[in-house]
Amino acid sequence: MTLDTLAFSGGFQEPVFQAQAVFRTLMDCMARPGTIGAIAATVTPPKPLTPAAGAIALTLCDHDTTVWLTPALAASALPGWLAFNAGAVLADERQNARFAFIEKGAMLPNFCLFAQGTQEYPDLSTTLVVEIEAFEGGRPLVLKGPGIRTQEEIAPVGLPDMFPQFWAENRQKFPRGVDLILVAGDKIICLPRTTVISVKEA
Amino acid sequence: MSTADMSSAELATYNFAYLDEQTKRMIRRAILKAIAIPGYQVPFASREMPMPYGWGTGGVQVTAAILGPQDVLKVIDQGADDTTNAVSIRAFFQKVANVAVTTKTREATIIQTRHRIPEEKLTEGQTLVYQVPIPEPLRFLEPRETETRKMHALEEYGLMHVKLYEDIARNGHIATTYAYPVKVEGRYVMDPSPTPKFDNPKMHMSEALQLFGAGREKRIYAVPPYTEVVSLDFEDHPFEIQSFDKPCALCGAENVYLDEVVLDDKGGRMFVCSDTDHCEDRCAHGHRGHLAYNKEAAE
Repeated sequence: MTLDTLAFSGGFQEPVFQAQAVFRTLMDCMARPGTIGAIAATVTPPKPLTPAAGAIALTLCDHDTTVWLTPALAASALPGWLAFNAGAVLADERQNARFAFIEKGAMLPNFCLFAQGTQEYPDLSTTLVVEIEAFEGGRPLVLKGPGIRTQEEIAPVGLPDMFPQFWAENRQKFPRGVDLILVAGDKIICLPRTTVISVKEA
Repeated sequence: MSTADMSSAELATYNFAYLDEQTKRMIRRAILKAIAIPGYQVPFASREMPMPYGWGTGGVQVTAAILGPQDVLKVIDQGADDTTNAVSIRAFFQKVANVAVTTKTREATIIQTRHRIPEEKLTEGQTLVYQVPIPEPLRFLEPRETETRKMHALEEYGLMHVKLYEDIARNGHIATTYAYPVKVEGRYVMDPSPTPKFDNPKMHMSEALQLFGAGREKRIYAVPPYTEVVSLDFEDHPFEIQSFDKPCALCGAENVYLDEVVLDDKGGRMFVCSDTDHCEDRCAHGHRGHLAYNKEAAE
């Protein structure tokens, strides 16, 4: 298929109910950081974006949201796919983006480069959708904060070594800061800015 | 009619859950940000609903945006399942979303409420949606939105403490009994909607997700599960909830919130559970208050 035809296929088959199901998974995971949720919807975005991240894009993005893509995603057929299926436009700068998509293996920019929101309107910040390798087998991280009874533990593979430090800086600016949706295969973990992350001592 | 039937129905119908998809996305984005910043009021583009502002349009929009075909919906109005607002909103969602409804707290996945939290402890997987008239706790102290925004931004909540202090100076105790201000996760002061302060402790570390929708004021806010919600008070005047002298007249329940019901024009009155489901459930399990209908005696 040519780049052009890729853009016109692969959306939700049942937009109303599939978008609702994806959103409920996102809502439950955002309310309970560290909980692994499953995205069952079958969309096929242009490579290298994975179906789960594509389903999140179609659930949340439209003509009201600007989207920032990594250079590799921006060079793929994804901008056309997003424009056709969601009506979303690309952000010229990371700081103007409501959503950002980062494919597996791409460099994760420091969170401070994205929109942080203002002290009066901290909701005007970027939500990052970051694809990683897996949720098990990596360096164990301990999560605490709202939505977590005592503590949760995750061990994501594919986040940079600097991640805990990036996140601590993000946490410092509360109520400003970005929120994170991690995607591995068809599973997701949400990390709202309130979550405190520490590296588990061996 | 199943959901598949609905989508292929020949007659034109409303979109599932009434709202169009773009509106749902907009509300869903606001809900996610609200969860990420507990107690912060996220502005949203509230829509006209087929009911007047003040009848729960904010709660209805939040419910419509999160509702799916698998959900079981309960709607309560001042604790009751059978009063006007509850009945009409429940009928609305049965009509536009064909969703299963219940009056049983424990069977519901989404509970839309006007001014009460059910007596039965909510559990993980349940979502409580509040209808909120005035989301800004500082509004009656400072009418300008630009100023209250700044006060939240700078965490400047002295005025609220002055208000509670003036309560004590005038009345000897904090006289605020409903919409009692709370601090969420040590940061944002939040209006818990006009629930009686009796319900405030239930918000603290709740297992259920709590979402708040204010339609006329165009604000959405949230309290995630397991989040600190502390009622504002003073060391020498600690926060206290209402207490009642007598148990419920119908089911004999103690430590629940009671409504006063006038019985005649000679001063007769009874106090009954405001949570009708809780009361009926207790009655069904054989609990009796002093004014309960006694079938054997009647026969």
